[in-house]
Amino acid sequence: MSSDVILKVENVGKQYRLGLVGTGTISHDLNRWWNSIRGKEDPYLKVGESNNRSEKGNSDYVWAIKNINFEVKRGEVLGIIGKNGAGKSTLLKILSRVTGPTTGQIKTKGRIASLLEVGTGFHPEMTGRENIYLNGAILGMTKAEINSKIDEIIDFSGCLRYVDTPVKRYSSGMKVRLAFAVAAHLEPDILVVDEVLAVGDAEFQKKAIGKMQDISHSDGRTVLFVSHNMAAVKNLCSRAVVLDNGESIFDGTSDQAVNFYLNLQSSKNTENLLTRTDRKGTGEIRFSKVELLNQDGNAVTEIISGEYAKFRLHMVFNRDVNYKDLIFGLVIYDNNENKIADFYSDEMGIVFDNIDSYVDLELNKLMLRGGDYYIAIAVQTAIRVVQQIDVIHHVLNIKVFSGDYWVSSKNNRATNVALIDGIFGAN
Amino acid sequence: MKTAEEHWLYTISSKKKLIDFNFKEIWRYRDLLFLFVKRDIITLYKQTVLGPLWYLIQPLFTSLIFTLIFNNLADIPTGEGVPNFLFNLAGITSWNYFKECLVGTSDTFKKNENIFGKVYFPRVIMPMSVVVSNLLKFGIQLLVLAILYIYYVWFAEPSYNIAPQLNILLFPFLVFLMALLGLGLGMIISSMTTKYRDLSFLVQFGVQLLMYGSAVMYPMAYFQKKLPDYYWLIEWNPIAIIVESFRTMAFGVGSLDVNKLVYTTIISVIVFLIGLVIFNKTEKSFIDTI
Repeated sequence: MSSDVILKVENVGKQYRLGLVGTGTISHDLNRWWNSIRGKEDPYLKVGESNNRSEKGNSDYVWAIKNINFEVKRGEVLGIIGKNGAGKSTLLKILSRVTGPTTGQIKTKGRIASLLEVGTGFHPEMTGRENIYLNGAILGMTKAEINSKIDEIIDFSGCLRYVDTPVKRYSSGMKVRLAFAVAAHLEPDILVVDEVLAVGDAEFQKKAIGKMQDISHSDGRTVLFVSHNMAAVKNLCSRAVVLDNGESIFDGTSDQAVNFYLNLQSSKNTENLLTRTDRKGTGEIRFSKVELLNQDGNAVTEIISGEYAKFRLHMVFNRDVNYKDLIFGLVIYDNNENKIADFYSDEMGIVFDNIDSYVDLELNKLMLRGGDYYIAIAVQTAIRVVQQIDVIHHVLNIKVFSGDYWVSSKNNRATNVALIDGIFGAN
Repeated sequence: MKTAEEHWLYTISSKKKLIDFNFKEIWRYRDLLFLFVKRDIITLYKQTVLGPLWYLIQPLFTSLIFTLIFNNLADIPTGEGVPNFLFNLAGITSWNYFKECLVGTSDTFKKNENIFGKVYFPRVIMPMSVVVSNLLKFGIQLLVLAILYIYYVWFAEPSYNIAPQLNILLFPFLVFLMALLGLGLGMIISSMTTKYRDLSFLVQFGVQLLMYGSAVMYPMAYFQKKLPDYYWLIEWNPIAIIVESFRTMAFGVGSLDVNKLVYTTIISVIVFLIGLVIFNKTEKSFIDTI
């Protein structure tokens, strides 16, 4: 075993009881206590199922996380990714000692500090400066440590002018900046970060990511980073663990882990369009399914900007009709219903006459910036007059993660618009 | 397995030790304790007109009412040559400190759920900070008591002939006992209310009832004379013993029983230790049950 392992997670599991606290709870408590004084194992540890929230379970007990094992080396930046409810937050809570594990143990050689949610313990009536001291102390700094860094913290937050004003007068963005500034100047051996990058404007996010890179690269400190931001995970982390239903299902380089995770998000969400009634057109052809396929050919709903993507439109035909001169269209909207991009098959000089089951729209590079989008599709014919055959709005939601289009190791801004190729230069 | 690389700083595990009280860690977080105290003090009366004057209004008016009801209306004697008002004020001031410690710490987990749910620090810092910040409030109230004491002795007509006893030097020890007892009970209650909220209702009126059983507005000797059958109810009540002892030290009336003080000390230490054990057991998992 190498000696620079700083954190070792062994068989960690956490069980929760579902439902309400009521009289049933007290009987379970008594039963548990009775077993414990006879030196027996907790009878409820044996029960409990893995945590799949969409299925109805047989037991009141579930394992939020189960049998988690990993090691982190000093100076490593480990990403932890997973869907909502996969157990990421539970794991972080245990790591940051907010709650104890039900089974297993975690051994550490350094102090762990967490940024589970920044701004913990801010008191609205106190000034920014007073809150820096309080928040810093809550996060484990001593007064002397804060004293030596106070100017740096205020400077980093960019709230100098407001620092002697009560925090209740701050905008929410300023509160977050101040809170992150305090947290970023902690000097723990292991820093646990959860989703902090989701807040703040682009400029501040850049600052935050930069600070995290500093922490890990130049100071050689260990960071555990939990995020939905796949690009940030790819950028920041050297290794990542994928959690699903409370179990660790992948442990490898961050690129592999992100791909693994994206493939995991398979076509579960693709709905059967035949049941949709909010469609226009004559209905001789009806779309049945729309899929987004990634470079591995897997149906996904989440994809990274700038990567290969393929939309596959499945449809059913009324075989009595002879199809000629079909035109397919696909429109990408952002979540505010602004049209971002559209594609029409006739412009590409492609004429569809007879189709077996599906049509593909292939994009060598998905030129969308990070954000949420949805797709609308249409098929029409133009033999004599343009006639709509089937048009459905909102057939597929996709989530695009920011990428690094210009290969500059800078995460592109997630501004939720089309990404257009181009390059700046000067004369 | 005792190689150098197996030297872990600490282990987070599911196993629970009975007494897991890490003094070193608490010492490391001492600055946090004082920052919490500072926060409590500067934020309590923000946006009020009278501000810290509220510290004084409450005990003064309560003793005024007590004097009216218990002494003027119900004719409870307060002892040889002791002004009724001062007697009540002394009782209320000391009772208040205990009460504030108890009530302030009894909802530690519920009140701080938010912050406890996000970041770790020794949880016991929180109730300790309540006890310390109440100390300041208590100090201000004592000062008022002292001022009124001087007034009654030198300026009132006719002047009262009362004087503090030498054993008033033991007073800080009484304060320490009250803090220990309030903190201990508060920690027990706060731990138990995380899962079963019933206790928090008990606290609300239980504290009221306890005040009547704690010799706040009557001397213990008078109770014994009037209701000898029920005297056992208050005779061994540690708070009653503390309140009575304080008045004896301050005015030289009533009884100061060394045996009872020793008994109170033992009870306080036991309650505190029980509180600490339960609190430590709860802090690991309360966030799942609250």
